[in-house]
Amino acid sequence: MSEIVPALQWHRRVTDKLATAIAVACVLLVMLPLAAIFAYLVFRGIGALNLAFFTQIPRPVGETGGGMANAIVGSIVILLIGSLIGVPLGVGSGVYLSEYSRGQFGRLVRFTADVLNGVPSIVIGIAVYALLVLRQKHFSALSGGVALEIMMIPTITRSTEEMLRLVPSSIREAALGLGIPQWRSTLSITLRTAMSGIVTGVMLAFARVSGETAPLLFTAFGNQFWSTRLDQPIAALPLQIFVYAISPFEEWHRLAWGGALVLIVLIVLTSASVRWVASRGFVEGSR
Amino acid sequence: MSAVQPQQPMGSAGNPETLGQRLRVVPRRSSTPSRVADVTFKALVWVCAACVLAIVGFILMQLIQGSWLSLRQFGWKFFTGSDWDPVNGNFGAVPFIYGTLLSSLVALIIAVPLSLGVAVFITEMCPRSLRGILSYLTELLAAIPSVIYGLWAIFVLIPLLRTKVEPALGSTLGWTGLFTGPIYGVGMLTAGMILAIMIIPIISSITREVLVAVPHQQREAALALGATRWEMIRMGVLRNARAGIFGAIILGLGRALGETMAVTMVIGNRAEIAKSLFAPGYTMASVIANEFSEATDDLYLSALIEIGLALFIVTIVVNVIAQFLIWTVTRGTPRRASV
Amino acid sequence: MGVDIKVERLNAWFGKNQALHEITMDILPNHATAIIGPSGCGKSTFVRCLNRMHETHPDARAEGRVRVSDMDVYGDGVAPVDVRRRIGMVFQKPNPFPSMSIYDNVSAGLRLNGFRNRKKLDVIVEKSLRSAALWDEVKDDLKKKSGASLSGGQQQRLCIARALAVEPDVLLMDEPASALDPISTSKIEDLIFELKANYTVVIVTHNMQQAARVAEFTAFFLLGKLIEFDKTEKIFTTPADKRTEDYITGRFG
Repeated sequence: MSEIVPALQWHRRVTDKLATAIAVACVLLVMLPLAAIFAYLVFRGIGALNLAFFTQIPRPVGETGGGMANAIVGSIVILLIGSLIGVPLGVGSGVYLSEYSRGQFGRLVRFTADVLNGVPSIVIGIAVYALLVLRQKHFSALSGGVALEIMMIPTITRSTEEMLRLVPSSIREAALGLGIPQWRSTLSITLRTAMSGIVTGVMLAFARVSGETAPLLFTAFGNQFWSTRLDQPIAALPLQIFVYAISPFEEWHRLAWGGALVLIVLIVLTSASVRWVASRGFVEGSR
Repeated sequence: MSAVQPQQPMGSAGNPETLGQRLRVVPRRSSTPSRVADVTFKALVWVCAACVLAIVGFILMQLIQGSWLSLRQFGWKFFTGSDWDPVNGNFGAVPFIYGTLLSSLVALIIAVPLSLGVAVFITEMCPRSLRGILSYLTELLAAIPSVIYGLWAIFVLIPLLRTKVEPALGSTLGWTGLFTGPIYGVGMLTAGMILAIMIIPIISSITREVLVAVPHQQREAALALGATRWEMIRMGVLRNARAGIFGAIILGLGRALGETMAVTMVIGNRAEIAKSLFAPGYTMASVIANEFSEATDDLYLSALIEIGLALFIVTIVVNVIAQFLIWTVTRGTPRRASV
Repeated sequence: MGVDIKVERLNAWFGKNQALHEITMDILPNHATAIIGPSGCGKSTFVRCLNRMHETHPDARAEGRVRVSDMDVYGDGVAPVDVRRRIGMVFQKPNPFPSMSIYDNVSAGLRLNGFRNRKKLDVIVEKSLRSAALWDEVKDDLKKKSGASLSGGQQQRLCIARALAVEPDVLLMDEPASALDPISTSKIEDLIFELKANYTVVIVTHNMQQAARVAEFTAFFLLGKLIEFDKTEKIFTTPADKRTEDYITGRFG
């Protein structure tokens, strides 16, 4: 009776093994550029990292030495400006979506946040340029911060919402049952419970946005000198890397690798520490 | 009323007069200030949420306003003309549309098989201990900023392509017309390759989510019929996840369309349409990046902004389609907050 | 024709937890054998060991001897894939392939094994659907409707047809009717009655009345051990072991 179906043919076994081999090959092929990029970053970048790199601004063309101190500081400044606007807006939207929204408006906001996430960063740069730079007639750190903040908001909104949703409703009900007004309960209890998760989301947004160059091209614009003024163009690490990388000067290439190494270390450290915190059972309050 | 024994307050002699007297610390009715605070708070967070809508609306508005000059001047011809001539004020976007599409296509051709292979391996074939590390490493690729990809491409990938890979391709596959012409190192092929590396993490991580969402019973059904592991994956998993995988690919496409820095650094920035992948080209995003600060007159600027508008609309449409396709497979299963 | 199943000292583990202890029993051909017992007693695990589905679970392990007719299921050099082809399984929750038509669902196992001949496939598909008492309900929509568009009871009969199409020696059924309504359940039970003539059926059930209706032999499992295995009539009227009696009379489980 079971002769109607022949036993496992040889080629089925081979296909199975072949499929596994191809899948493994894909993994190796994908890991290859990852390894290569990190190897080169360390290899080429470490030579450029000295005290001068972190304390000095770039030397004029042709001179050796100098550093990217202004770019590192500039990046921090822009990120701070961005987070000043972006974090409250993002967390606020997340709170709204999780605690207050019902129906159409909430769905629309969520959908729009996803849409905003997919907008190319250069388009955001153009929009901020048109809004601020054209009006003010100069590039500025402020406009750079605004551009970054726009990019941060969708990430922070979605992650805040998801973290808040993880807080069990029994906690909210307990608070309401005690007669605590909803705004108080949301702020002091629900938000507090989800806080480490929300901070995680914010830091991930930072990590993602700190490497962005395109939106800064015509907002912050970059600056060869020290400047932390909000109304002047300001240097930023990724921007500086870009300018140096496409330049014809050896010395600037060296600095570019150094800057790239610093940037990637900061990003990896941020994501890794965030993951470590998360893996320790982040929503600590919601037991 | 409860039958609870009235408790003695600590430290006070509980004489019969004080027992039973309520302290009235917490008011019985919520006070008006508290209700006002409730309303204010709700309004505040509502405003935050509305800002998300406002931002997108504002972007759209700025783009339309900025490109108005060019829209009025060229109309539809903007998207059919292939002449990009800032000097004479003639602007046609076809070379950039072509460059964007071709570089994304090359990227997809390279990235899709690799991403699917990685996703299938991690979810269906890999020993559990390796799963975490491999998925972390794949996502690490996503964390690398575009400009660093570009930097690496300029100093490592391009010389490699220029000296070894492209000559080899030219001599073996040159007859196809895709691998002919002078070899600069920069060009469409390089751009496609670096884009491929950049979109692999997206495609593979969404594909993984989609594969995991296929119910376990489907895998068991295939196995119980005597399927080999690959047959089980093919019949019980991939078939069911088709729409979602397609969505993941389109999401990757959306990312590739808008990618700016790495592409600008390796594509050669020449507004020409050529068949060969060795030829330099230009994409919509990179022409904006390169020429924006040099746009001297209003029409030039407006034309560039119009390209930005087109990019904006196209990426939105592509992303919406992708999200919908993915939703059809994972509906019900919550999505992780993706990095 | 069905074949006999000889189980000798079967042990199974999930990680460190031992789920089955030294199970030994002989299952007779062309009869239905019911496996009953309270939740967690190992009945599903036992059945899944027969066709080596147990080991698809990570950390799962099985040791012992299982002979299905002439095949040593756990023997050296025996591939699980071969075992599963000869032993069919129907699961608790119907799991037809949603992206395939009814026809493709039934013929899935055949096509996997390289059967491409359209005419032969048509014949076998019809035969399997008839055996599963589903033919009349779907014969006009074989290629048009997807497997998932049928009702729960129909889906389960489709899964039975799919399992029968490859002409297994044994049909294992893991609580096949527990997710179905009473009418579908009775249809499935009628089906098992007919299938017995040609197959050896092993059916896991938590419903004792179902075991009494459908099976000639019943095995009572408790905490991973086989407590009693005998003719159904004897188990339900004069069980030899007190624990069996307690379970039957509803004192626990």
